[in-house]
Amino acid sequence: MTQIHRLPRGGRINRDTPLQFRYDNREYQGYEGDTLASALLANGVHLVGRSFKYHRPRGIYSAGSEEPNALVQLESGAHTEPNRRATEVELYDGLCAASQNCWPSVKFDLGAVSSGVSRLLPAGFYYKTFMWPASFWMTYEKFIRKAAGLGRSPEEIDPDHYDKLHAHCDVLVVGAGPAGLQAALSAGRSGARVILADEKPEFGGSLLSDPAVLGGRPAAEWVDAVVAELGDLPEVTLLTRTTVTGYYDYNFLVANERVSEHLGPRNRGGQPKERLWKIRARQVVLATGAIERPLVFADNDRPGIMLAGALRTYINRFAVLPGRRVGVLTNNDSAYLAALEAADAGADVEVIDVRKDPDGALVAKARDAGIGIRQDSTVAGVRYRGGRIRAAAVMKLSDSGSDVRGRRDTVHCDLLAVSGGWNPTVHLFSQGKGKLRYLEDQHCFVPGARSANNPGHEAGACKAAWTLPACLARGAEAGAAAARDAGFGGVVAADSPAVDEVPEGGMRPLWILPTDHPVGRGPGKHFHELHNDSTVADIALAAREGFVSVEHLKRYTTTGMGTDQGKTSNLNALSVMADIRGLPVPEVGVTTFRPPFTPLTFGAIVGHDRRELFLQKRKTPMHPWHETNGAMFEDVGDWKRPYYFPLPGESMHDAVQRECRAARTAVGMLDASTLGKIDIRGKDALRLLNMVYTNAWDTLRPGRCRYGLMLNEHGMVFDDGVTTCLGEHHYHMTTTTGGAARVMNWLEEWLQTEWPSWEVYCTSVTEQWAVATLTGPGARDLLSSLCDRPLDDDAFPFMSMQAFPVAGIPARVFRISFTGDIAFEINVRARHGLALWETLIDAGKKHALCPYGTETMHVLRAEKGFIIAGQDTDGTVTPMDLGMDWIVSKKKGDFLGRRSHARTDTAREGRKQLVGLLTEDPVFVLPEGTHVVEPLRDSPPMNMLGHVTSSYMSPNVGRSIAMALIKDGFNRKGETLSVSLMDGGSHRVTVTDPVFLS
Amino acid sequence: MLLIDCPWCGPRDQTEFHPHGEAHIVRPGDPDSLSQEEWGDYVFFRTNPKGIHYERWVHAHGCRRWFNVMRDTVTDHIHATYKPGEPKPALPSTRPDDEKPGS
Repeated sequence: MTQIHRLPRGGRINRDTPLQFRYDNREYQGYEGDTLASALLANGVHLVGRSFKYHRPRGIYSAGSEEPNALVQLESGAHTEPNRRATEVELYDGLCAASQNCWPSVKFDLGAVSSGVSRLLPAGFYYKTFMWPASFWMTYEKFIRKAAGLGRSPEEIDPDHYDKLHAHCDVLVVGAGPAGLQAALSAGRSGARVILADEKPEFGGSLLSDPAVLGGRPAAEWVDAVVAELGDLPEVTLLTRTTVTGYYDYNFLVANERVSEHLGPRNRGGQPKERLWKIRARQVVLATGAIERPLVFADNDRPGIMLAGALRTYINRFAVLPGRRVGVLTNNDSAYLAALEAADAGADVEVIDVRKDPDGALVAKARDAGIGIRQDSTVAGVRYRGGRIRAAAVMKLSDSGSDVRGRRDTVHCDLLAVSGGWNPTVHLFSQGKGKLRYLEDQHCFVPGARSANNPGHEAGACKAAWTLPACLARGAEAGAAAARDAGFGGVVAADSPAVDEVPEGGMRPLWILPTDHPVGRGPGKHFHELHNDSTVADIALAAREGFVSVEHLKRYTTTGMGTDQGKTSNLNALSVMADIRGLPVPEVGVTTFRPPFTPLTFGAIVGHDRRELFLQKRKTPMHPWHETNGAMFEDVGDWKRPYYFPLPGESMHDAVQRECRAARTAVGMLDASTLGKIDIRGKDALRLLNMVYTNAWDTLRPGRCRYGLMLNEHGMVFDDGVTTCLGEHHYHMTTTTGGAARVMNWLEEWLQTEWPSWEVYCTSVTEQWAVATLTGPGARDLLSSLCDRPLDDDAFPFMSMQAFPVAGIPARVFRISFTGDIAFEINVRARHGLALWETLIDAGKKHALCPYGTETMHVLRAEKGFIIAGQDTDGTVTPMDLGMDWIVSKKKGDFLGRRSHARTDTAREGRKQLVGLLTEDPVFVLPEGTHVVEPLRDSPPMNMLGHVTSSYMSPNVGRSIAMALIKDGFNRKGETLSVSLMDGGSHRVTVTDPVFLS
Repeated sequence: MLLIDCPWCGPRDQTEFHPHGEAHIVRPGDPDSLSQEEWGDYVFFRTNPKGIHYERWVHAHGCRRWFNVMRDTVTDHIHATYKPGEPKPALPSTRPDDEKPGS
């Protein structure tokens, strides 16, 4: 039994290439050119899933990206992807898919009992039922997630790769139906750079599903000719399988191209699976077409019920007739095309038309074709058995259309095609901040005024052009206008091919169809929203409970919140609410359309920006040595800095204690290359230093160094470092590792915006210099062995810099110290950094040299009470709060932040001030961040005096040490205070000076 | 995503820029002559207009130059970009777009 519903001829499928696929563990056959949905229908499979909330059986409802029902789990293992629309998945050989949200099987689903108790699951059910007690939510959530839900997320790393591409064009045309093709042709002929994107695998849009004749030839031939001409234009880019998913400001659009998905996971041939296009266009032509509006009747969700336009697509494009006895339920003429084509394909067709007296040309044509038409009638219910509908109950409508009358007639049908007219696809237009306009006579929203940021045009069905000739003509005009507006002269609209036009009759504005019991009572549910199982009764309930705003309605009933974003359901939901409130639809309003138009995979969004390519690691020139010598690393900014260098079997604590001792008793060596470095030149360089630092710089002679604090205009410390005078008008500034970019921007911003006339040039040289710092009593001897310079205090005093070769490598050696001991910071060109380091390691063996990492650096500086900006300061700390009044000049005049020190709050007594803390138990190390409180209570809240900013076990002091910011800390020295610990315990601490080692 | 016309480089993606708040706030020449309130105004207070806003941006991943932008905070429409030191451009006589931001 294969492809029993495949028509013997026709369609845009390749019958020479049959494809095998598996669905729910059964083998089927389809053809190249099929979608999974068309192949399933060809094999008579309608039932493809269970619904979100009630687990009702659901079938294939549409033939495109608007599909609310037929969501499948595509493939398995690492390649698996949930919630794929079967109507969009192209068939490939070996495709494997499964239905979702059902257990143990789609035909027998235990969750379906919730359908029987659906009165207990009204709108807002979750909010109401699971709110109490609040602490139980975590328990409820697990069950809800199991019972309701969609597919399963992949659990393995995605083996595919994804691409990203930035593109610029004059005219982007979205949608390649008749309007889009004509637009692209008109714009392309002008020489404009055009991108034409369409979500389908081939261009043509509605023409692929239409046996229309254009200019005397079949539509497909006309499409082929246009595409061929476009392909020959050098500035035109054609993108099939590409969904434009987002429209952002200034004509920035995001499109997802499914490059090789249709080849299957085993046959990608090295191509990326998807490619995300980021397109900036001068002009955007939206030719996005229209989506058919459903009719809502009792049990309108049963498998075997689909949109009439979808039936046309399955017949014409895929040569599939999904039913033998076809019912067509409509309120307009367009569904008669489906009726005629189904009859032509051999089906028994009966039309149920809600209109009292339909009289359009298509209706007459259907009558002539012998198709039965029941007018002024509706479907009041369906009989469902064995995976699809079997019959429809048809009743006459009352005058108003709000009730039924007479008796139930049975129309035997295994397929019911429905049409409630068409809605322009305005999603992208609305995303692009365009305003929607409601056409009263056509009962739909259309694009109105565009945002001034997003110039362009709309054409075709998305602007309510409902006939083929209108789409062709408007498309050509829009494309020409777009090219003109993009600056191309002499543009003419492409000629439109001649088309026979069949005038359509009017529609009856009736979408919610009555049955013989009130809507929401008795058996039979009216689903306006199939994807999230939301019913008309739910909207009424929401209105009764006061959720009348469309935004509240949406969240309360979850209408339009599924992965289909309510493409088929939104307008019906709005019109139900409009009816309830007695307002016209536009006054009820629309919810905001948000990107993406269809879901994007994380893979497409991420592209190649994974792991190392997402955030590149910055490594110093010495990094290879650190790696081979077992360093543990710490992230500082984007840098990988050695944290500590454990010997085999050594813990972090042991390693740091050993490094700290070695640095104070022999020689320690730190890789300080990451320190920010800025080369500052120009005749106003000194002026700059005097403005950005708190101390005076006028007396700094060449070769001398000075420490400085940098404040923001609030008077708070934000960075510190040593700056050295290299020569006249030439300085070398250092910053903290993490603050390098911030300081550079700080200098530039002031120079460019406030002092543009000053002659100063700042250049970041952080990465140009590699720095090895030697510290400790043996540092001088070690350095002496590698240079021929006297290094005594007279020849090379503290806070000075000299340039001389070290181990034959040209170097700038700074005699400055962050440990409080004698230290030399040896700066060499980055490319010599590793050689310098390795030479020092070798030469250091005689001096018991010990390389140390950032943790030891922190302990050593804390022993001396040196601050780390950003650790002991947090943007609320002045130099005075740090006890560093000595560095704030009272004489030099103005500098950044100075005036703020006279603010009442900054100048007041009792601010939080930096002090040392010693624990009662000398081996107890306070966790950083611990709160200092007074008085101590059994439980919070407690009066907080401040917090611990730095805390370590110091082998050189012989006990734990800590620094803290404490209210009125300077006056509390000698006091004993309490700290409240995270584990509920407490400890006693004594306030001291923060210098622990003199 | 905004398209910002850097006065030195031309139109570039917003991702190349960083915003730096309100423009045309001049650092007082003699801070000591200011009252506490006046200094507080300079340090802390900024306008937060619904409509035209003059703001400072930097072409961080480009020429690294600062410049000013005249932007409508309601529509995100950029009316002008100009170099530091140049005068504020005049207000547009009619706003091209008076819609409300989406909710």
